[in-house]
Amino acid sequence: MSDFSVARNDMNNVSVISLKGYLDAHTAPVLEEAITQLVDEEKINIVVCLRELDYISSAGLGVFMGFIEDIRDKGGDIKLAEATDKVYRVFDLLGFPMLYDILKQKEEAIKRFTATK
Amino acid sequence: MKKNVDYKLKIPSQTDNLELIRNFVTGVANKVGFGNDDVSKIELAVDEACTNVIEHAYKDNHEKDIDIAVKLDYQKLTIIITDKGKSFDMNDIEMPEMKKYLAELRVGGLGIYLMKTLMDEVDYVTRADGQNEVTMVKYFLKNHI
Repeated sequence: MSDFSVARNDMNNVSVISLKGYLDAHTAPVLEEAITQLVDEEKINIVVCLRELDYISSAGLGVFMGFIEDIRDKGGDIKLAEATDKVYRVFDLLGFPMLYDILKQKEEAIKRFTATK
Repeated sequence: MKKNVDYKLKIPSQTDNLELIRNFVTGVANKVGFGNDDVSKIELAVDEACTNVIEHAYKDNHEKDIDIAVKLDYQKLTIIITDKGKSFDMNDIEMPEMKKYLAELRVGGLGIYLMKTLMDEVDYVTRADGQNEVTMVKYFLKNHI
């Protein structure tokens, strides 16, 4: 059983979800459920903190792809922050930096939401 | 000259075994001296190939097995992943054109693109006995390509 968890922290108008462990085809449904829950609660300003994420495969990337259009249509966004070099390389291979805000610090990502409000 | 060495893993086709599969191939890749970058590439390529087998070839039938062989010779590491499930023609699957893909926000279908990007060689065949075989190669030195 792969080790993966999502911790959520709601702030004023931004929700931060912190991912930990290994995000693959087995654990991707856990992330999918967490983001579905946020969207259902209309919390669509989402910062994903990747500091403790050790690994990501395309199944994990697919979760972000699956939600981004819907969330942006509703006026929100998914911003990524604090990726390790290993995880960032996978995002980079698939051109994610063109599509997503990927920030060094989650505070910067949070600030981008509050600045645009 | 080093003699050729094989490592093998036969494992039930289920996603909760992906971690074991990754640990197996990264263990071998580390042992034979690949650097962290290459080990990570091999890890992800094998994960993607096995995820395809689990979800597409075997359609989540957990009673099936995946066979993974890691072969070593003096210049390269070769990984052969074999299944007896539904086959497909990898050559028919177009490599996504990234700009178009990003524009369309296409979901999924990234595994084969990643495998071909991460490894030095990737080949897929359906053998005469009906088994599907993905072969992926990583050279120890880039100038052997």
